[in-house]
Amino acid sequence: MKDNNISCNKSCGKKVDFEYHQRKWRKLIDDGSVLSVLLAGVGGQGILLTSKVLSEAAMLDGLDVKVSEVHGMAQRGGSVVGSVRMGKRVYSPVAGKADFIISLEKLEALRYINKLKEDGFIILSDVEIYPISVYSGDISYPEDINPEIESITFNYIVVKAVEIAKRLNEARAANTILLGCLSNFIPISYKCWIESIKKNVPHDAVDVNLKAFEEGKRIIN
Amino acid sequence: MVNLKNLKLLTGNEAIAQGAYEAGVKIAAAYPGTPSTEILENISKYKEIYCQWSVNEKVAMEFASGSSIAGARTLVAMKHVGLNVAADPFMTLSYTGINGGLVIVFADDPGMHSSQNEQDNRYYSKFSKIPMLEPSDSQEAKDFVKEALNMSEKFDTPVIIRTTTRISHSRSMVRVGERCNSKSGSYKKNCQKYVMIPAYGMQRHRVLLERWEKLTKFSENSELNKTYNPPDISLDGNVGIITSGISYQYVREVFTNTPILKLSITSPVAKRTVKEFAKGKKLLIIIEELEPFLEEQIKEANLGIKIIGKEYFPQFGELSLEILEDLYDEIFGTSLFKAISSGNTNSGNIKPEGNVKAPDPGSIPQRPPVLCAGCPHRPVFYILKKLKTVVMGDIGCYTLSVLPPLSSLDSCLCMGAGIGQALGMEKADPELKGRIVSVIGDSTFFHSGITPLIDSVYNKSSGLIIILDNRTTAMTGRQVNPGIGKTLMGETTFEEKPEVIARAAGIKNVKVVNPYNLIFLEKTIKEELGKQELSVIVSRQKCVLLDRTKSSERVYIDVVECAECGLCLKFGCPAIEYRNNEYTINELLCTNCKVCIDICKKGAIKVGDK
Repeated sequence: MKDNNISCNKSCGKKVDFEYHQRKWRKLIDDGSVLSVLLAGVGGQGILLTSKVLSEAAMLDGLDVKVSEVHGMAQRGGSVVGSVRMGKRVYSPVAGKADFIISLEKLEALRYINKLKEDGFIILSDVEIYPISVYSGDISYPEDINPEIESITFNYIVVKAVEIAKRLNEARAANTILLGCLSNFIPISYKCWIESIKKNVPHDAVDVNLKAFEEGKRIIN
Repeated sequence: MVNLKNLKLLTGNEAIAQGAYEAGVKIAAAYPGTPSTEILENISKYKEIYCQWSVNEKVAMEFASGSSIAGARTLVAMKHVGLNVAADPFMTLSYTGINGGLVIVFADDPGMHSSQNEQDNRYYSKFSKIPMLEPSDSQEAKDFVKEALNMSEKFDTPVIIRTTTRISHSRSMVRVGERCNSKSGSYKKNCQKYVMIPAYGMQRHRVLLERWEKLTKFSENSELNKTYNPPDISLDGNVGIITSGISYQYVREVFTNTPILKLSITSPVAKRTVKEFAKGKKLLIIIEELEPFLEEQIKEANLGIKIIGKEYFPQFGELSLEILEDLYDEIFGTSLFKAISSGNTNSGNIKPEGNVKAPDPGSIPQRPPVLCAGCPHRPVFYILKKLKTVVMGDIGCYTLSVLPPLSSLDSCLCMGAGIGQALGMEKADPELKGRIVSVIGDSTFFHSGITPLIDSVYNKSSGLIIILDNRTTAMTGRQVNPGIGKTLMGETTFEEKPEVIARAAGIKNVKVVNPYNLIFLEKTIKEELGKQELSVIVSRQKCVLLDRTKSSERVYIDVVECAECGLCLKFGCPAIEYRNNEYTINELLCTNCKVCIDICKKGAIKVGDK
């Protein structure tokens, strides 16, 4: 079933088997593998909070977790990438190749897609933020990024997260929708996600973020 | 769901703050600098610790020395280049030693995420003979604060904790504990220890050399330096890796079958420990970021086996899993390992060609950080570019004005450099007179702008100094400073005014302007540039990130009146957009500073109701 809130690849048309992915990852983690999620976006889009919700959910589920963050210039509208890694025992906080990329902006998805493992998935928010260089230089913002991504991988899901979040009256909950979508793939139990959201988002935004998480979770089912 | 109890997911900086709390630190000081800033910000959450932003790193170091002499356990933190500022007290602190335990944290920035260079501060330890600990995750970052303080008090020396960005800004799990109350010593006069006149200094230098010997033995017996022997070393047991800090984590993940010596005390290097580790091995690989600091010292130990290091790694930037994976293939997949296994270490060319990964050339538009929409620095640089001035810059958000379209900065060297540089240029080339401007932020001015300001008066400068007072230390995340009237602990204090300081220094031409008033700003800059004596303009408007008040107005571009000249894009405000052949203002980003209204020559940018 194709929802009009997402446009996604061919494989999505025949429905992603989430239970398969959950089972696969549960086994891989039991065998000592580390699951790496890369979070990409533009400074100010809320990558720090998003990675906090994801990492604490994994921690509550009994996994070892490491997170790599970007501070300092992050608020100045630059390209920002962080990673969350989970497993029985995690060493490096910085991911090499990622099993999942969550991108809060389309151009940033393109920038970091070379970090995606061959069988990795990319979950992409349908947002375009023009870098200032587009206005002053000869470079232009790529016309249509989706086909470019498709030429690299079929495993991508474009989510109109901001639109959905606006319908919930809180555009800032868009990132939680993407996490809801991710939660279908990775073996973190539902109650740990909920607990982590409650613990980490601002007090008065808990309800809307819980709703956003549900929206993201059911979006491709 | 597991009960996390006292387990927390902390950054290295948060962990150091927690470590300071648990170890009974009583006094802490710093000047903000990425990636070290959050150490003091987090320490300020513990009411048991007196903490302060010092005006710069040198003062912070001196303050910490005093607090230690008076008997309190003390922590001082700074970024790597901050230690350059504090190097003077630092180098002699190793002579005087301490009373209360003193830990000096510095955070290096390999890869220059937010710095002007990537100097390897480990050499400062060898240079000063102040011992150094390097944590490899947040748990160690916390634990090493206590270890460092114990070492400090045992050996009567300050102790360094050196982190890098990936330690400071990565989260990993930390088991937190209770605060132990350190016993406060008290000040005892001891001029032979604390007064470094040559006669006493010479005695203390001998003490220092003896102490370094003792510290080397301590390091050799310390359980902080750990050997890791994997269960199955049959595959690569001939090889051993020596590493430390974040590199250890990359090594553990990639070299799963190789014995590893992880040094936590990286200075003085525990040479006996290294020798024991090397026994029976045919190849040692030293894996470290930046300079060959450990490699040089381990090679000096003449172990009689092959030691490799920097010829396989870049001497710049950060290491990564990818770089180590390539190295792994290089060593175990090629002739190198085979040659060593057969005892023939001289055969073959072992230097790999081009194994350093080139960054993607990138057809993708770059997205460098930019000054925020509504940033009060932007109008100043817009005018400076328009007037074709030479702009000697400084360290802060405003350094970003070097990028197009503002492209107005001519220099950025270090904290406080711009004013002195401008004077030097003016003296060297009289043609530049009337065109040279130095710009410096409020916090940077208090940090190290006041002495060159006095120097400019003394040496009869005729230049223009613009102090960009945005009422905060913005780049590092908006900390208070002497101009704000608040301390790190939230107390009200005297509010320093740069214009008052400038007048007191003897400058007659001192003006304060609001940079949002573009016309007046341009007029003032032109007037002051035309004068034959030194001028100071304080451009005062608070940082847009401080607080955003909601406005009932909106700024928009009237499409009918817009001549599509593109001049407004030259202002470089992220809120002014050009899409689908139309100039628009992004309401979400616009802060209603209204400066662009004066930029548009056609009057097409207007204010309306929301």
